[in-house]
Amino acid sequence: MKTVYDETETNRAIEGIVDRIAGEFPSAEPINIVGIRTRGETLADRIAAKLAGRGYGQIGRGILDITLYRDDLSEIGPGPLVRPTQMNIVVDGVPMVLVDDVLFTGRTVRAALNALADFGRPRIIRLAVLADRGGRELPIHADYVGADLGQLPAHEKVCVKFTENDGVDGMTVEPRHSL
Amino acid sequence: MTPHMTPSAVAAGSNIDGTARMKWTRKHLLSIEELSVDEINFILDTALSFKEVSTRSVKKVPALRGKVVVNAFFEDSTRTRMSFALAAQRLSADVLEFTEKGSSVSKGETLIDTARNIEAMGIDVMVVRHAAAGAAELLARTCKCSIINAGDGAHEHPTQGLLDAYTIRERFGKVEGLKVAIVGDIVNSRVARSNLWAMKKLGAEVILVGPSTLVGKAFESLGATVVHDFDSIIGEVDVINMLRVQNERIKSSQFPTVREFTRMYGLTWDRFQRCKKDVFIMHPGPMNRGIEIQSDIADGPQSGILQQVANGLAVRMAVLFLVTQVSGEETRRREDAK
Repeated sequence: MKTVYDETETNRAIEGIVDRIAGEFPSAEPINIVGIRTRGETLADRIAAKLAGRGYGQIGRGILDITLYRDDLSEIGPGPLVRPTQMNIVVDGVPMVLVDDVLFTGRTVRAALNALADFGRPRIIRLAVLADRGGRELPIHADYVGADLGQLPAHEKVCVKFTENDGVDGMTVEPRHSL
Repeated sequence: MTPHMTPSAVAAGSNIDGTARMKWTRKHLLSIEELSVDEINFILDTALSFKEVSTRSVKKVPALRGKVVVNAFFEDSTRTRMSFALAAQRLSADVLEFTEKGSSVSKGETLIDTARNIEAMGIDVMVVRHAAAGAAELLARTCKCSIINAGDGAHEHPTQGLLDAYTIRERFGKVEGLKVAIVGDIVNSRVARSNLWAMKKLGAEVILVGPSTLVGKAFESLGATVVHDFDSIIGEVDVINMLRVQNERIKSSQFPTVREFTRMYGLTWDRFQRCKKDVFIMHPGPMNRGIEIQSDIADGPQSGILQQVANGLAVRMAVLFLVTQVSGEETRRREDAK
């Protein structure tokens, strides 16, 4: 296990994402920040809090659980608990930042986009990820990347930790237990 | 202005921390008796997520796309049948309807042959209702598809027990510690048995109420209290689950006259006045208004009857989803072994 990003660097990466969002969307207008369960949810909390600190007053918050939209459902077997999606926000016409911790194959994002289509039509959807580790299997890319880790080998896995979930902020690369 | 929300808010009563670590491994749902407390909570927590789907403008998710669900009902049903059909459709499954009337069963085909022939068309889940106790279990042993028991004789009706538990949890935030009365024709009721198992496992105190011909003391061995005098417990229970008076049995010698039944065991206005202020009234349907339950109580603010129906949909979506995830894995294992 090697530490790629320590606490300071992780927070700097999040701050960088917020800078990019603030550069594109004015604080006086509504914006939706939607996290993909479960680490994306925490990252979305952080981003939303930082945006609020910069004067954004109309931040809509949503959480997507994409289990029911996965294209590999029948392959993964009995899964973990499906948790509620929470999208009690006005989606139509409002810009949305979709948030996840790590971008790898792109299949999670594909599932999230399918799920989002059932809730309405945002004016624009941007993708924010803390880490891009390469290995895409679909034509999907992130708009705001906290840490570009290049092309990591498939047998390695990026683990993102947040104080809220794991007691500490940081990012490590670990061997994948099973492929 | 975009409304704000707390992202971490989860509906009251969920037990997500306790169940998040377990994995669902059952391919069939045959009874509540066989389920562990964790499994019951796992279904209820999963149902919580599926309830959200019904609040969307597009009330459909692709989780069971390409799967086929057969409603095989060898007995009459409105609610359960429609609820399973809609649940399957909201998961994007294809739904086939089988009714005994007008089928080859009337030509003398056996249950197993009928089921195996339906299965041979390539189906994934069979939802079975049958007048014989054990019918679902028999099919689970014979068929390769997932079997969901939608009522087998006087044995069990597990999704009813689950949706009642879900509805009580939604109302009170928990089931544990509540006093639940189940009233009426207990001995002939699969709803009563599934409810008894669900309530006991989740830690409620169950009181079975009815004439001695319809609820024997033998039920006490299942962990319930048996009472023949409804009025003696009316002021102390949190939930009253009124069972349907089964008209087809009314003429049997077990049954008092309808008027006598209403006087002794009906939820009348007079009895309702003596209940706890926040008493929760339930009924699995179909109701006989004016017999086991007075109309204005059934339609009143303390009644959860329509919530039961709405929650039934979410619970059945959860069950359909969970059992199909397991059959998928078994298929894969079989293929890996080749």
